[in-house]
Amino acid sequence: MPVSPPAPPILSVANVSKTYEGGFQALKAIDLEIARGEIFALLGPNGAGKTTLISIICGIVNLSSGKVTVDGHDIGRDFRLARSKIGLVPQELTTDAFESVWDTVSFSRGLFGKKKDPAHVEKVLRDLSLWEKRDNKIMTLSGGMKRRVLIAKALSHEPELLFLDEPTAGVDVALRREMWEVVRKLREAGVTIILTTHYIEEAEMMADRIGVISRGELILVEEKAELMRKLGHKELTLQLMEPLERMPAGFTEFDLALSPDGRSLTYSYDTNAERTGIASLMRRLAEEGIRLRDLSTKQSTLEEIFVNLVEERV
Amino acid sequence: MNYTAVAAIYRFEMARTFRTIMQSIISPVISTSLYFVVFGAAIGSRIQEVDGVSYGAFIVPGLIMLSLLQQSLTNAAFGIYFPKFTGTIYEILSAPISPIEIVLGYVGAAATKSIALGLIILVTASLFVDLHIEHPVWMLLFLVLTAVTFAMFGFIIGIWADGFEKLQIVPLLIVTPLAFLGGSFYSIKMLPPFWQEVSLVNPVVYLISGFRWAFYGSSDVSIAVSLGMTLVFLAATLAAVTYIFRTGWRLKS
Repeated sequence: MPVSPPAPPILSVANVSKTYEGGFQALKAIDLEIARGEIFALLGPNGAGKTTLISIICGIVNLSSGKVTVDGHDIGRDFRLARSKIGLVPQELTTDAFESVWDTVSFSRGLFGKKKDPAHVEKVLRDLSLWEKRDNKIMTLSGGMKRRVLIAKALSHEPELLFLDEPTAGVDVALRREMWEVVRKLREAGVTIILTTHYIEEAEMMADRIGVISRGELILVEEKAELMRKLGHKELTLQLMEPLERMPAGFTEFDLALSPDGRSLTYSYDTNAERTGIASLMRRLAEEGIRLRDLSTKQSTLEEIFVNLVEERV
Repeated sequence: MNYTAVAAIYRFEMARTFRTIMQSIISPVISTSLYFVVFGAAIGSRIQEVDGVSYGAFIVPGLIMLSLLQQSLTNAAFGIYFPKFTGTIYEILSAPISPIEIVLGYVGAAATKSIALGLIILVTASLFVDLHIEHPVWMLLFLVLTAVTFAMFGFIIGIWADGFEKLQIVPLLIVTPLAFLGGSFYSIKMLPPFWQEVSLVNPVVYLISGFRWAFYGSSDVSIAVSLGMTLVFLAATLAAVTYIFRTGWRLKS
């Protein structure tokens, strides 16, 4: 059976560096490929270079060296084709003030060279719960609504690659969940999404792959599951039927801790290790006559992993 | 060419005009009428004809030029400065549009507004004085060329400016004095010879002179020189805009 070649990446960033006029090096030789249809989360502390990287890809900041292609089109030479595939939702709430929601979203569509399509604009506004506000001036909207307007503008021209730069910054919990819903729908529609976020929980929930950027360097790019597996460790908590007064002898080979009330044992293990040791622990517990009421496992969160990674570097 | 984008920017800018109709159209009409009352009626009654034209009629081309220069400049400067100020410029920069399309949209809208304004002032003026236009085609040509040139100039100022003060400085401190001293209200020939020579350094002299020639067939400098100088200014602004986009000056870091 013939093997089809792997689909070309929707975004390819090769050896991209950026040094600002003052001499500050914001990006150092970034290499990154994004597959069509994936959700990629770019994490990093403030000032790490996330927005600079996005701005370069979108044409707002010039790169100092390297090459970026969007769906095979060079962002410099073929900027029209490259940019027409990109939607950008910036971090700051930069909107017009006096235009209506409908006008500003239609304007964005026109700017990207797309013919008028009121049906599409209506759909975008409805999906973002903006339809009722379509005739309102943007200045009368709340911050969360303005954020939706920015997303609507980016979606107005049907991008294949969507950048969400801190989409849920300063957004309340309900709206944040709605936004996640929007992102999910977009992914189902085949849109590739690159998001930066401070809410690691968000990346953990949404992303297929995660990149961590720190001081202008992409220090890690990994499948989320793989990252959690590699860098995370797990804890197994065993609830005991009868409380123990002290750690029973003969368990020294296990990384076990007894809770102060003696009612539970916590076992830490590495998911990466050849053997987790769970089976032998269970066997030993049975041999010692220690009966269990319940058990649970907990994986270290992406946040813990992220903090460890970035702190290691500093 | 992304004509859809040009049209989108153009419509956006024209919508801004209609939202600020008082400021954009009515206030220049009122101020022009005041010039008419003060210069035309009060002073004009004490001044004899200039080049065979009554003083009231003589100042009409200069008045139109004065408004045209100021409005082209400030409209275009504001048009591009405001997105820079609010940050919405990100969308223009990230859209699949070339510099020439951006310029066509912004400068085209600013020039359209000031041309419309010039024509409104012309109609207003015809209520005060008897007007005849000897070379209407040339009149329109000068109107359009000047509007476009100064809209380009304003576009450059809007990109250069990093604060509202800078946005005001050039129209207030450079263009208005040059327009007043460029023969809006008098013929250069009325000046002592030395000041006639000095006046020729003022680019606005050529614009007003050419424009006035289109009305009355007489001018301070030859029509060919006027037209030539207008085209030179246009070329200079084009070169500056080309440089701006090639380097990303004040637009991209």
